Amino acid sequence: MSDAPFRILPRITDRNEPFWASGKDGVLRFQRCQSCGYWIHPHSVMCPQCLSKDIAYEPVSGKATVHTFTINHQPWMPVPELPFALAIVALPEQEGLRLTTVIVHCDVDDVHIGMPVQVTFEAHEDQNSWIPMFEPIAE
Amino acid sequence: MKAEHQTVISGVGQSDVGRRLFRDPLELTLDACVEAIHDAGLTTKDIDGIATYPGPGGEPPGFSGAGAVEVQDALRLELGWWSGGIERPGQLGAVIDACMAVAFGLATHVLCFRSVFEGSAQGGGGRAAVMPGGSNRAAPRASGFMEWVLPYGAPSAAPWIAMMAQRHFHEYGTTPEQLGQIAVNARRNAALNPKAIYTDPMTIDDYLASRVIASPLRLFDCDVPCDGGTAMIVSHVDTIPDLRKPPVRVEAVGTALRGRPSWDQFDDLSTMAMRDAAVQMWSRTDLKPSDVQVAEMYDGFSFITLCWLEAMGFCGKGEAGAFLEGGHNIARDGVIPLNTHGGQLSSGRLHGFSFLHEACVQLWGEGGDRQLTSNPQVGVAAAGGGPMAGVLLLTKS
Repeated sequence: MSDAPFRILPRITDRNEPFWASGKDGVLRFQRCQSCGYWIHPHSVMCPQCLSKDIAYEPVSGKATVHTFTINHQPWMPVPELPFALAIVALPEQEGLRLTTVIVHCDVDDVHIGMPVQVTFEAHEDQNSWIPMFEPIAE
Repeated sequence: MKAEHQTVISGVGQSDVGRRLFRDPLELTLDACVEAIHDAGLTTKDIDGIATYPGPGGEPPGFSGAGAVEVQDALRLELGWWSGGIERPGQLGAVIDACMAVAFGLATHVLCFRSVFEGSAQGGGGRAAVMPGGSNRAAPRASGFMEWVLPYGAPSAAPWIAMMAQRHFHEYGTTPEQLGQIAVNARRNAALNPKAIYTDPMTIDDYLASRVIASPLRLFDCDVPCDGGTAMIVSHVDTIPDLRKPPVRVEAVGTALRGRPSWDQFDDLSTMAMRDAAVQMWSRTDLKPSDVQVAEMYDGFSFITLCWLEAMGFCGKGEAGAFLEGGHNIARDGVIPLNTHGGQLSSGRLHGFSFLHEACVQLWGEGGDRQLTSNPQVGVAAAGGGPMAGVLLLTKS
């Protein structure tokens, strides 16, 4: 057993495995169309822009901006701590490319829209999952 | 003739409603259905269609009291058309499907229903609010949209909607005091509804003092799980001579979803799918938002209703905060009386269908203590939030 906190982890499939295992080397990756360059999230089998099936996971910078957030107080399920800052972050690689995540390594009261953040991973190595989370970087 | 004008709502019904009734959910469902059939002046022999949301039970327990097949067999109905399912433009998408089936000639009188027993299911220890309950379960794995939120401890729509509300607060300066008027208004109206769950008076200070669930949403921004069934009959306009009373007419419907079907990838997170459904609905009628005299609009979370107010054009985009200030505009004697039965926030999470039920009751003038003295001629029933929305514009015969 790892010492990672309890999480309900994603059901790993051939299609999403490269996303959830991406953090193994500390790099965040998303699907990208190899024909037109469009970033695809959530994962698919076809580019929604040019309908190409030539899709591959590529690294992103790992930088992002808090698009919106909530300080969640309600214990819906076991979580490492309450309250926690759930957020939707916007990635600079493409307009509208977003990820739901949590903001960690800061006081929840400091989280705000527009906050610059970078990826960090919570390793669930025995489950082949590295959960991408985000932490503040200097504004 | 426009398709909508071939359809009317001929009767409505509702079972007992309560927090923990511990009654057979099929009984609650059938009580509502039989009342609706009789309200229309029909018998089970006349019903030749069924439309329901979300289909038969399953997970989470209490989310569905019965599916189409159970009701067809329980009432021994002979059907020309039937449908039940969850993938549609909100809960009232089922009723809109019924209108289409009637206009298409596949059925003449369609029984539409939605029943829940979430109050008892949660109170009986079978489940928590949103997660499966009980022990001896292997840790589940997340898939579908849950893949993106369950690993982060957010299985409920409350934090998803909260993030949308936060975005609205950020872009337009909306305040908790403004949003809170939706909950205060609902409670005020619930006091006049004998079936409402919560009827104790609530002030805006009570609202602001309620605990934060997921900022900026508080406890009183969240609806209350309950048990109960709601039903209505969609009939063909040619059957009006056979009906017990002049029916409510369907003037226009809206079902559009132009944005991505997602809680976090939708283009403008300060609004939701109702933005698209409402535009489509208004494109199908000559009536205007200013013609509407009563609005029954989904409040699973209060912020959803705020989005409906803007989407329907009762105020401008981003202006709902100012519109809600002080609560006068949405009061019973206000610009647009809102959720006159107390909404799901105070009268119970009957899940979408209660808004259409109440709109019909108000247009028929059958609201009793809660009847609007203006006796409205035009009403709106809207349901759904996030990437699901369906809406009907209704007129009195």
